[in-house]
Amino acid sequence: MSVLQIKRRQEPLFIWGSCLIFLGAIVLSLGISSLLLLIQDRPPIQGLVLLFQGAFGSRWALEDCLVKAIPIFLCSLGVAIAFRLQVWNIGAEGQFALGAVGATWIALNFGTLPAPLLIPLMLATAGIFGGLWGLIPAVLKTRLRTNEIITTLMLNYIAILILDYLVYGPWKDPVSFGFPMTEVFSDSAIVGSIGATRINWGLLLCVVFGVMVWVFLRFTRLGYELKASGENINAARYARLPYERLVWLVMILSGALAGSAGFLEASASLNRLQPSIMVGYGYTAIVVAWLARLNPLYIGIASYLLAGLRVGVEHIQLDLQVPAAFGGIMEGLILLTLLAGSFFNHYRLVIRRAP
Amino acid sequence: MTSEMLILLMAATIQSGTPILYATLGEIITEKSGVLNLGVEGIMMVGALAGFLAAKITGSPVAGVLAGGLCGSLLAGVHGLVCLGFQGNQVVSGLALTILGTALANYLGTPYVGQNAPGFYPVPLPVLSQVPVLGPIFFRHDLLVYGSFVAPALIWIFMKYSRWGLGLRTAGENPEAGAAAGIPVVGYRWAGILAGGFLMGIGGAYLSLAYTHIWTTGLSAGRGWIAVALVIFAFWKPGRAVVGAYLFGGVMAFQLRLQAMGANIPSSLLLMLPYGLTVVVLTLASMRQRGDQAPAVLGVNLEPRD
Repeated sequence: MSVLQIKRRQEPLFIWGSCLIFLGAIVLSLGISSLLLLIQDRPPIQGLVLLFQGAFGSRWALEDCLVKAIPIFLCSLGVAIAFRLQVWNIGAEGQFALGAVGATWIALNFGTLPAPLLIPLMLATAGIFGGLWGLIPAVLKTRLRTNEIITTLMLNYIAILILDYLVYGPWKDPVSFGFPMTEVFSDSAIVGSIGATRINWGLLLCVVFGVMVWVFLRFTRLGYELKASGENINAARYARLPYERLVWLVMILSGALAGSAGFLEASASLNRLQPSIMVGYGYTAIVVAWLARLNPLYIGIASYLLAGLRVGVEHIQLDLQVPAAFGGIMEGLILLTLLAGSFFNHYRLVIRRAP
Repeated sequence: MTSEMLILLMAATIQSGTPILYATLGEIITEKSGVLNLGVEGIMMVGALAGFLAAKITGSPVAGVLAGGLCGSLLAGVHGLVCLGFQGNQVVSGLALTILGTALANYLGTPYVGQNAPGFYPVPLPVLSQVPVLGPIFFRHDLLVYGSFVAPALIWIFMKYSRWGLGLRTAGENPEAGAAAGIPVVGYRWAGILAGGFLMGIGGAYLSLAYTHIWTTGLSAGRGWIAVALVIFAFWKPGRAVVGAYLFGGVMAFQLRLQAMGANIPSSLLLMLPYGLTVVVLTLASMRQRGDQAPAVLGVNLEPRD
C-alpha cells in the first residue's frame, strides 16, 4: 500500500515550474471549453482553432487585441494596486462607467475647446469621477467597517444605472431615432489613432501609467508601505503605517485608472456615450490582475491575452454562432484552474510506501 | 394606496424575498463552516437554468427544483475543490465561480431564451388562506414559499442543537481544536459548501420556475450578491436572514409596482433602489456589530496535515 502525502515546499517553485502550472491550467480550461462546444453541436477542435486564428491570426486581429487590451490593462492596473493592500476592489466596472460619464460630461459641455486643452480635461475629470467612486467604499470600509467586496460590487450596478439614466434621459441625442446614446463628440474631444493603425493613443497612456505604477510600487516608500500593510495588517498597524490613508489612496488611484479607461473607450472607441460601452472589462481586469500576480509587466501580457480571448470569441460567435458567454466561461475556468494549480507552488505530493 | 393594494404588495414582497432567502440561508451554512463563498450569484444562475431545463424535460417542477439544488451543489463543489483541495484563495475562487456560473448559464441557456417550462403556481392553504389579511399575504403562495417559511427554523435548530451543527460551527470557529478532538473538520467544510450550494441552487431555480416562469439571460440580477450582504446584516443568524430577505423583497416588489403604475420616475433610478439599499443596510449592520460576529476563521484555508 502506498499513500499520497502533501508536503510544504521549503522554497517556492522556480519560474519554469510556474510556467508549467500556467500552461497546465490553460490546457485544462481549453479541454473543458471544447467539451462545452461539443454539447452545443459545434466542432470543438475547429472551434478552438478558429478562436485562436481570430485572435492572433492576422494583423487586423492583432491590432484589435491591442485596442481591447488598453481598457483591460488600465482597469487591471488599478485593481492590482488595491489587491496589493488586500483591499478587494471588485468595482473597476463601476469606476470605469463613472469615468466615461465624467469624460462625456466635459465633452458635451466644453466641446468647443481645442483638443490640447479638452483631452487632458476629459482625462482628469474621468480620473476624478472614477477615483471618487472608488473613495466611497474606501471611506465606508475604514470608518464604518463595511465590507468593500459588496459595496464596490453594488456601486457597479448603481454606476451602470446612472450611465443608463443619462443616455436614456438628459443626455440623449435628439436625432438618434430613440436610441439611447449621446450625440457624437466634437472632433477635439476624440482621441485619435496612431498613424495608419486602428490603435488609439491610449496605448501611450498605458505605457506611462504602467511605468508610473511600477516605479511607485517598487521604488517609493509609499509603495513599500503598501506591500508591507497588505501582507500583514496588524504588523503594519503596529509599525504605525497609516493604514486608513493607504486604503483611501489605493482606492482613489484604482478608481482613477479604471475611470481613465472609461474615458478612452467613450472618446477613442465609440466617440460618444452609449450603454454598449459596458462589456465587462472591469471584471476581466480582476482575472488579469490575478493571473499576472499583481505585477504591472505581467498585467500587460495577460491583458493582451485576455483581449485576444475576447476577439477570438467574437470571431467564433460570427463563424459558428457560439454564444458570447463562451468567453466568460473560459475566463472563469482559467482563473479557477490556475488558482488550483498554484497549490503546487507551495506544496508537493509525495508517494510513500506505508510500512 | 388602498389596504387591498397594500396586501397585494405584501404578498409580492414574500414572493420576491423567497429566492434571496434561500440563497442567504445557503451562504450562512457555508460561512458557518469557515468557508467564504462569493460564487452565490453564479450558483444561482446555474441553479435557475438547471431547474428550468429539468422541469422542461421531465415536465415536473419538483424535479426542476432538485436539479437546481444539485447543480448548485456541483458548482459549489468546484469552490470546495479549489479551496479545500488545492488551498486556493477563497475570495478569488468565489469571484471566478460567479464569472463562470453566470457565463455558463447564459451560454447553455441561449437556445431557450423566451421559452417557458412547467413551474410552480400558488396553492392556497386550506383554512389558513381564508384568515383575513394574513391569509392573502402568507398562505396563497407556491410550495417553495411555504418551504422557505420552515427552512430558517430547521436550520436554526440544526445549527444550535444537533451534533452535526456543532461540528460545522467548530470548523468555522476553532478548526485546530476540533481537529485535535478528532472532528473531521475538512469534512464539515465540504458539507457546509455542498449543503449551502444546494440552497443557493434552489434560490436560483425559484427565479425561473416560480418567479418569471420564463428563461431570460441575467435572471439573477445581483440577488446573489445581495444574499452575501444579507449574511452580514443577519449576523449569521437564520432568523434575521428572514427579516433581511423580506426587506429586499419589499423594495423590489414596490419598485416593480411603481413602474407598472407608470410613475413618472425613470426606471433606471428605480432599479437602483435595491443596490443602494444593500450598501446602506450593510453599513448600518457593520456599525451596529459589537465585536466580530463572523465565524472566527472565515475565509482562511486550513493547512494540509502530513
